[in-house]
Amino acid sequence: MSEARRAILARIRAQLARPPSAEEAARHDVAARLARTAPVLIPARAQLEGEARIALFCEKARTLGCAIERLPDLGALSGAVLAALRRHNLPLELVRAADPLLDAAALEAEPLLSVRIGVPEESDAVGLTVALAGVAETGTIMLASSRARPTLLAFLPETSLVVLPCAWIKGSYEEAWAMLRALPGWPPRSVNLVTGPSRTGDIPPSIELGAHGPKRLILFLIDRIG
Amino acid sequence: MEPLSLAFRERAARALHDPVLATAMQRLERGWQAARARAAADLPEFEALRDAAVAIKDHVLANLDLYLEEFERRFTAAGGVIHWARDAAEARAIILDICRRAKARTVTKSKSMVAEEIGLNAYLEAQGLRVIETDLGEYIIQLAGDVPSHLVGPAVHMTRERIAELFAKAHGGPPKQDSAALVAEARQVLRQRYLEADVGITGANFLIAETGSIVTVTNEGNAELTQGLPKVHIALTGIEKIVPTVAEAFVFLRLLARSATGQEFSAYTTFLTGPKREDERDGPQEMHLVLLDNGRSRMLGGPFREMLRCIRCGACMNHCPVYLAAGGHAYGWVYVGPMGSVLTPHFVGIDKSWPLPNASTFCGRCEEVCPVRIPLPKLMRLWREEAHKRGLAPPAARVGLTLWAFFARRPALYRLATRLAMAALGALGRRRGRFSRLPFASGWTVSREFPAPQGPTFTAQWRAARGAKG
Repeated sequence: MSEARRAILARIRAQLARPPSAEEAARHDVAARLARTAPVLIPARAQLEGEARIALFCEKARTLGCAIERLPDLGALSGAVLAALRRHNLPLELVRAADPLLDAAALEAEPLLSVRIGVPEESDAVGLTVALAGVAETGTIMLASSRARPTLLAFLPETSLVVLPCAWIKGSYEEAWAMLRALPGWPPRSVNLVTGPSRTGDIPPSIELGAHGPKRLILFLIDRIG
Repeated sequence: MEPLSLAFRERAARALHDPVLATAMQRLERGWQAARARAAADLPEFEALRDAAVAIKDHVLANLDLYLEEFERRFTAAGGVIHWARDAAEARAIILDICRRAKARTVTKSKSMVAEEIGLNAYLEAQGLRVIETDLGEYIIQLAGDVPSHLVGPAVHMTRERIAELFAKAHGGPPKQDSAALVAEARQVLRQRYLEADVGITGANFLIAETGSIVTVTNEGNAELTQGLPKVHIALTGIEKIVPTVAEAFVFLRLLARSATGQEFSAYTTFLTGPKREDERDGPQEMHLVLLDNGRSRMLGGPFREMLRCIRCGACMNHCPVYLAAGGHAYGWVYVGPMGSVLTPHFVGIDKSWPLPNASTFCGRCEEVCPVRIPLPKLMRLWREEAHKRGLAPPAARVGLTLWAFFARRPALYRLATRLAMAALGALGRRRGRFSRLPFASGWTVSREFPAPQGPTFTAQWRAARGAKG
């Protein structure tokens, strides 16, 4: 290992001056700490169940500028997507994740909608992907990268469409993370906690949306999947 | 960046007469200060989270060597390449070398105060690289050839009109009138830069030992495009940014945005673990992390260890009467406000920055709002003592302080002297009842009159009253 690494670690140890007798206890302590995945403190606000939890999620996300549409099942998705694109005068084309949920939604069967699967390009105006969880506490969605779900789908296009099954909405970040941990391939390369559309306050006096990431974030909550 | 902190007095005096700055500082006070108070009040667990955050940081700092090793093991296992840098020069050289090996011409950057600390932009540009800041505030500063004046809002001192002029000059076309049009223009221009970039450089708000992940937090989404589009991602951060687990990171994430801007959560919080996986279709092919010491390890051994808890939220400056009057540029280096007054002497030397720890009324608001409860006034006082020991303050101040200390340590003499002085002042000012000029007190009399003392001193009155009672 590098000389700089050795020097920095030596400086740290010299400053900490941990006695040799305490070394083993410290290592044990650190190992125990790293093995402990239990939440430290979950605010009471996040400890909700069922509809109340979904309601808090929607309230928080709407306050931040998200549009939310609640759909009974995946069969209703293509119609809702089409209507949303029309409402915002957007081209009726999008690039989407290869996620099985979106396969099941049969968007390609909608004749007016042009759908491509893959990574978005600069010219793509609309991206559609699937969130792995929602967090009611702050109206946050949790995205995770994979072969099927390129990260850029929710960052490059100006309009970001995200599908989220209602059952995947949790109260806190910690519960959402626990869901993710249970999936194969954990930890994914990139996990994005997205809370509202991209925003900036750098040019006074107002907060503007769409600084670099999406200007528009439309969430489709699905009541029943599969 | 050459520190200009010795000129704090002159720079602050100039700033006090700048109406544009006054408006900007009012925006901070009415906006972020009020928003933080609301956000803290809206979360009953806020104080408990602060306590938890302090305990986590203290535990990590006490075992920093072990946590760095654990983090390194997992970061490396995920495919990342770690680079240790003892100082600014080493960090710059490492980053240049990675850029050269990637045959980079264009580098995009999302906001990193550590990059400011090591003067990265100027260095890379001098080596022929094109460096583009993508955080809107940093981009504006870069166009203006300016330096940040706030941790979170680097361009907080700029007006919309000035930004419109800068954009018109850099992008062509007439100056835009409203912020929406300006943001749209920047979006369009920077979009091209993201796509052209060969290397993307970000900071890291947290390093998670449990997973070997780095965490970035932005509102604009620029960090994700900066690291997600080029083939090489370099993250740069200080060795103190470690938290043990993801669960513990959430303690800090619940505090960070609330303390900074009063938001409940920033728009984008991203956990990155290694480069693009073999089967993935996007993501950088290489992920590097430059871990910078630059004097941080030196702070571990003494009372300044507590400063290493800092999560760079900016709450201390948003609530500092001195910062809100003088603005960030008066501080003369990268870190400003109360946290800057404690950190700058560590990085540039107290001999080049002794006025900063003196630029405080010790009102204590910084410590009150600091999410990790850093005793900033205490640490500034320690620097004052150090500066005094080294004889850095001007002779008049030192002689005055020594004289005062002589009397203050001898209470009887002190009482006698104040009684005589007050009696003399009272006699001199009996006719008008006030002074419009006094020797050694021009700081007061330049803008208001000094009332002539009447009757005995406070101590004398207190004694008399107590004596009467007893």
